[in-house]
Amino acid sequence: MAEYSVFSLVRNALTGHKNWQRAWRDPEPKPSYDVVIVGGGGHGLATAFYLAKVHGIRNVAVLEKGWLGGGNTGRNTTIVRSNYMLDDNSHFYEKSLQLWEQLSHELNFNVMFSQRGVLNLAHSDGQMDRFARRGNSMRLNGVDAELLDRRQVMKMVPHLDFSDEARFPIYGGLLQPRGGTARHDAVAWGLARGADRLGVDIIQNCEVTGFRRSGNRIEAVETSRGTIGCGKLGFAVAGNTGHLASKLGLKLPIESHVLQAFVSEPLKPFFDHVVTFGAEHFYLSQSDKGGLVFGGDLDMYNSYAQRGNLPTIDHVMRAGLAMVPSISRLRLLRHWGGVMDMSMDGSPIIGKSPIDNLYLNCGWCYGGFKATPGSGWVFAHTIAEDEPHALNAGLRLDRFERGHLIDEEATGAVPGKH
Amino acid sequence: MIRGKEQQPFRISSGGEIERTQPLGFRFDGKNYIGYQGDTLASALLANGVRLVGRSFKYHRPRGIYSAGPEEPNALVHLRSGGRQEPNTRATQIELFAGLEAKSQNRWPNLKLDLMGVNDLASRFLVAGFYYKTFMGLPGWHFYEHFIRKAAGMGAAEHIPDPDSYDKMHGHADIVVIGAGPAGLAAALQAGETGARVFLIDENDRPGGRLRAEQESIDGRPAMDWANETVAALQDMENVTLLTRTTAFGYYDGDTIGAVERVSDHLLAPAPYKVRQRRWLIHAKRVLLATGATERPLVFDGNDRPGVMLAGAARAYATRFAVQAGKSAVIFANSDDGYRTALDLAYAGIDVRGVIDPRTGGQGELKDRVAARGIDIVEGAAVVRTHGYLGLAGVDIADLETLRSGRMPETRFIPCDLLATGGGWSPNVHLHSHQSGRPVFDPAIAAFVPGASRMNDRSIGAARGRFSLAECLADGIAAGRETAQGLGFPVGSSPATPATDEPATGSFMTLWQVPALPGRKARSFVDLQDDVAASDVKLAESEGYVSVEHLKRYTTLGMGTDQGKTSNINGHGILAEARGMDIAAVGTTTFRPPYTPVAIGAFAGRERGRHAHPVRRTPMHDWHLANGAKMIEAGLWMRPQYYLQPGETPSRAAMDEAIIRETLAVRNAAGISDVSTLGKIDIQGADAAEFLNRVYINGWKTLAIGKARYGVMLREDGIALDDGTTSRIGENHYYMTTTTAEAGPVMQHLEVLLQVHWPDLDVKVASVTDEWAAMAIAGPNSRAILSALFPNTDFSNDAFPFMGVRETDLGGIPARIFRISFSGELAYEIAVPADYGTAAWERCIEAGAGHGLLPYGMEALGILRIEKGHVTVSEIDGRHTAGDLGFGGMMSTKKRFVGDAMAAREGMADPSRPALVGLTPLDGKTRIRAGSVLVADPKTPPPVPKLGHVSSSAYLSPNLGRPISLGMLKGGRERIGETVWAVFPLRNEAVECRVTAPVVYDEEGARLHG
Amino acid sequence: MLYIDCPYCGSRGHEEFTYIGDATKKRPDGAETSDPAWFDYVYLRDNPRGPHLELWHHSLGCREVVKVLRNTLTHEILGAGRPGDKIALPDAETER
Repeated sequence: MAEYSVFSLVRNALTGHKNWQRAWRDPEPKPSYDVVIVGGGGHGLATAFYLAKVHGIRNVAVLEKGWLGGGNTGRNTTIVRSNYMLDDNSHFYEKSLQLWEQLSHELNFNVMFSQRGVLNLAHSDGQMDRFARRGNSMRLNGVDAELLDRRQVMKMVPHLDFSDEARFPIYGGLLQPRGGTARHDAVAWGLARGADRLGVDIIQNCEVTGFRRSGNRIEAVETSRGTIGCGKLGFAVAGNTGHLASKLGLKLPIESHVLQAFVSEPLKPFFDHVVTFGAEHFYLSQSDKGGLVFGGDLDMYNSYAQRGNLPTIDHVMRAGLAMVPSISRLRLLRHWGGVMDMSMDGSPIIGKSPIDNLYLNCGWCYGGFKATPGSGWVFAHTIAEDEPHALNAGLRLDRFERGHLIDEEATGAVPGKH
Repeated sequence: MIRGKEQQPFRISSGGEIERTQPLGFRFDGKNYIGYQGDTLASALLANGVRLVGRSFKYHRPRGIYSAGPEEPNALVHLRSGGRQEPNTRATQIELFAGLEAKSQNRWPNLKLDLMGVNDLASRFLVAGFYYKTFMGLPGWHFYEHFIRKAAGMGAAEHIPDPDSYDKMHGHADIVVIGAGPAGLAAALQAGETGARVFLIDENDRPGGRLRAEQESIDGRPAMDWANETVAALQDMENVTLLTRTTAFGYYDGDTIGAVERVSDHLLAPAPYKVRQRRWLIHAKRVLLATGATERPLVFDGNDRPGVMLAGAARAYATRFAVQAGKSAVIFANSDDGYRTALDLAYAGIDVRGVIDPRTGGQGELKDRVAARGIDIVEGAAVVRTHGYLGLAGVDIADLETLRSGRMPETRFIPCDLLATGGGWSPNVHLHSHQSGRPVFDPAIAAFVPGASRMNDRSIGAARGRFSLAECLADGIAAGRETAQGLGFPVGSSPATPATDEPATGSFMTLWQVPALPGRKARSFVDLQDDVAASDVKLAESEGYVSVEHLKRYTTLGMGTDQGKTSNINGHGILAEARGMDIAAVGTTTFRPPYTPVAIGAFAGRERGRHAHPVRRTPMHDWHLANGAKMIEAGLWMRPQYYLQPGETPSRAAMDEAIIRETLAVRNAAGISDVSTLGKIDIQGADAAEFLNRVYINGWKTLAIGKARYGVMLREDGIALDDGTTSRIGENHYYMTTTTAEAGPVMQHLEVLLQVHWPDLDVKVASVTDEWAAMAIAGPNSRAILSALFPNTDFSNDAFPFMGVRETDLGGIPARIFRISFSGELAYEIAVPADYGTAAWERCIEAGAGHGLLPYGMEALGILRIEKGHVTVSEIDGRHTAGDLGFGGMMSTKKRFVGDAMAAREGMADPSRPALVGLTPLDGKTRIRAGSVLVADPKTPPPVPKLGHVSSSAYLSPNLGRPISLGMLKGGRERIGETVWAVFPLRNEAVECRVTAPVVYDEEGARLHG
Repeated sequence: MLYIDCPYCGSRGHEEFTYIGDATKKRPDGAETSDPAWFDYVYLRDNPRGPHLELWHHSLGCREVVKVLRNTLTHEILGAGRPGDKIALPDAETER
């Protein structure tokens, strides 16, 4: 298949763009595969890509109930970072960030990974201390971090509310310069094209409706496009893990919640970094198309609906105005919701399950997008080797039962609060 | 006052809704013009002959006014300036006011000569998704992005605060009718007459909807007479609320309608004390969606030039605004709307040079009327090309059949400056879709109409594809009556549907696109705003982006400020053709709120700036301010950080001095601090002791009346939740205190336990945080001060021992005295009803005057408690167990308590977990910063194994003469006496520390018992 | 807005409430600390897509806990009552 490059673009332009090939094939499902991945979002596609690329396992199918990237991959606010404090998260997300840094090249597809810096604002001495601990932990793990004081923040992002009117003054912030954003849809398409080129079958409009079990194994998945045999089976359906697991009688430490996201009308360059408010939950960046992309808290009730309600919208807008007062007259263009797997400690679950050949990749809470390549990379390893990689050894399912929690937000077993 | 030339060369001398007696001066791109009251900016610009108003998103192609409503893709302007500037504002919806200033967007250096128009020349390279295929090389995307971002975006915004204010309102209605066109008015009237509470909402300045733009009649009179009479009747009904200039932007759960009322946007500035906009949240029992329909363009080569306009818009400008959208017009439409338009434009004095009808044979009565006027009608033909650059100069037409066969047709040039095109109408199903309503395709009108809904909505009139006036009126009447009746309101006999005079119309022909002339690289735009051409749709399809959602995301179809109101359906139709499928099978993308963009400020309402969140102040707040306190945020609370004395000026040195002064006062004389922010919970009931026994890790059954006890509670997951003292006030009466931060969560925790899990316990809890003001008097002189304050109370150790509690009064003020201490000194806490807080505080200050009493703030409090190894939220941080914090010994083994089971898990009971320790710099002077990480060797390269962290730190303990810190250290209790490094790589600092016990001052606690 | 029929206050918007969570989790009072019932109670959730019994605390109202039956896919509220009440699906097929 033809490589994408400025040369191929020119060549095709001169021939009227008639010779572009499909980005990925549209195959009929085979009777069985060595590995079946349920979920054609970024994580499922990345898993298939790395299974084929790193582990040489190419008889792989990715089953997607709708259209590729139609779940949270295409609904998030596109932030990529690895600014975690706790080691189990820190090492994993840093691996993911390193994969992001080479992803466009690796896929020959521009995923527009923009390392514009992620800045978390602090509004009290105590919050500065907590950020310092996180930043220090990052540095000790080899991750980039800078602690900014109020003056440095003002220099970097002058249009935040530094006035006397600010209800929560800005004390400073924690910056990860290598953090940034990426074009979410392009990640799904690039991974799909990359996996497809390695022989993976990507099957859209194929909803899993049930499972055929034999002992403690799953022999096949039943789908809207027929029964498909599987040597190994991986779930990458964050948001719907609880629903799918219930078909297998599995209870998980997960609740599904709706998280809303927002975009404004497109503007000329207005906001150059990713900035998060520290007094409330709010995060803001500007897409390359010009829209301000932002979000905040969950709606705070269990939900599988991809839409939320006005009270949360009001809270998010209020927090946004508190952080950047000049957005008052700018207009909200569109808002939507995605369904999050909220785990009981706020960290993801990637590893083996109580069923022999079933592997779980779930519990992503807010943070699944930035993990996309890392998640696929360690999940592929876990499936191929039947054993977690060192990077996801701590993210195992049984950590809850054993009391080895990875609770960045320190809010405990209240999934909505992570 | 802006003055301009009075002449408006495209204004019709009579008719329309404009007030010719009220000329309004306005400015566009620096030039002055005059329009009339009743104009929109778009109609006023057209009246003045301004046709070029903007540039497109990607190719910077010249664009004009395309519509007359919210669907406008092109005419986006930068409205107003300074703090009131609004980029991307649709000229078609800006009501003209005197002094209006607007400028065009997305052009440089100016609208006529836009150098970014070079993009158009490169358009063959800048096809859909080109950026996914390149810009992958060095120096990386972030470099290229810099230029792409500048080219992208539409309007520009500056960072200037908004001077206006916004309100929020709640509404409660039996029936909300959205849209005050014929269907909505008829429905509201019927429903209103039953007595039901009705809200009628319309986005325009006046009701009427399409009737304002058409030459319709009802009962033999102009249709607007009927509309005005209906409005007058509705205004007389007390049960009806009519909201104009109000856009219902979203349909939410519980049949809640989000709407924004533009209170002042039609004015130069809001009147004094008036808001700019009001955000409504209306709870409805039933919703009638009379949201009308949007006309869609025809897709052909060059369909984007200024002068190409929707046919319905051209009629609206002529009829409602008395404006000729051009002097000479060609009309191109695939329904009888073409003939209707020809008649209206001709009536408005426009030279109609032809109606191009792709259909052949046997159209309706309107065609005959057009023919009778001698207007040229060309059937079976299409516009295949347009001419002109900054404005339309003419069109080429050709035979459609020949074109479809792939042969080169003969073309005919018709000079014109207006091309009115109509591709049919799409019902506005947006609100219906917000709650997962699934629109279904209706081939008769080639559009999606509302499908099944699980909400209490019903679409009526054009919103469900009933386009004739007679159908709209009948639908409205039926829906208004039936809906009210369904809610139990009495209805009378059904009124007759008013008579309309509508000619029979011919059939509608589906035409998604006009084929390009053979050999010509056609620029047939589907999405005018985002420059998505029919060729982009086909390219996306050929590359496998065949889902409508992939098409949208790959080409950006429908992602502009208009959200595809005019373009989605054509894009999906062209995709369906390319896939050889039915459009019903291809489907449509999901409509999301808001219907039209809404100002972010309108969602925040009054909650902005210093009012973003409430401020909590203690009863003694004003005293602190009057006495030199520097206040600091503690959550929502304001608390004194330290106090400057008279004559001291704020500085770092003065702050340090104040903190040392206050700390020493407590240790050597006495200090008083405001502890009103601590959570206070009143607990009463026969089972109160049992309840406390269950929620705290330690035992409570033996606590005597008049005694307090320190307690620690866990979350259900075994992690420490909070600590504090609880006092027994009476037989079945306890008074609990919590930390400031956890007051709310603890209260809720207790309520849930009592109401859900232990309803059998006879216990009631009430938050009394705001009922009591509290002050701590600490230090060796505190007993003397208390004795002076409470002369009738014996404060001797025997009579009032540590952890004793007394209820008494302070010179007539009811008071509770607790002998408890956070500072480690002899100390008392006094609680009085909140209203007496300042009075009691002032008495304490007075009584302490001779005893060296000083008020002390959070900073001194922090040093004092670190010296004593007392934990706060910095240590009880949601990740630590009672054992980690040194409370392991308090965990009772004789009873069960919340969190005991989960705290017993392997990982939670692990002895190597971090434990609370004290940390002292080896050199006795280097500061250890909070947030430092504890490591064995600072020279280890990453990743460095971490042993713990520094949780709290004081750069100087004035009592010990050195810095002190608390930290959590793995296996810390076994490491006392060892050294460890506190590293702070963010500042390149590393301090070698000695590990100590948490308590470093008065280890035996002798002073406490003073 | 979700409208919750508080048995004490009447129908109120959900912005007055704090969501507590799954109402089917029964605290295993009396079970040994080693009993897996505790882990199940604190951590495991059925997380159904469809009707869900849940608790809401009327924090900005009467401060009572309300038990609500709500469809997590549609957000439709199917019933509400006191924590101890049995709330059945309107179709009365399943009682959870």
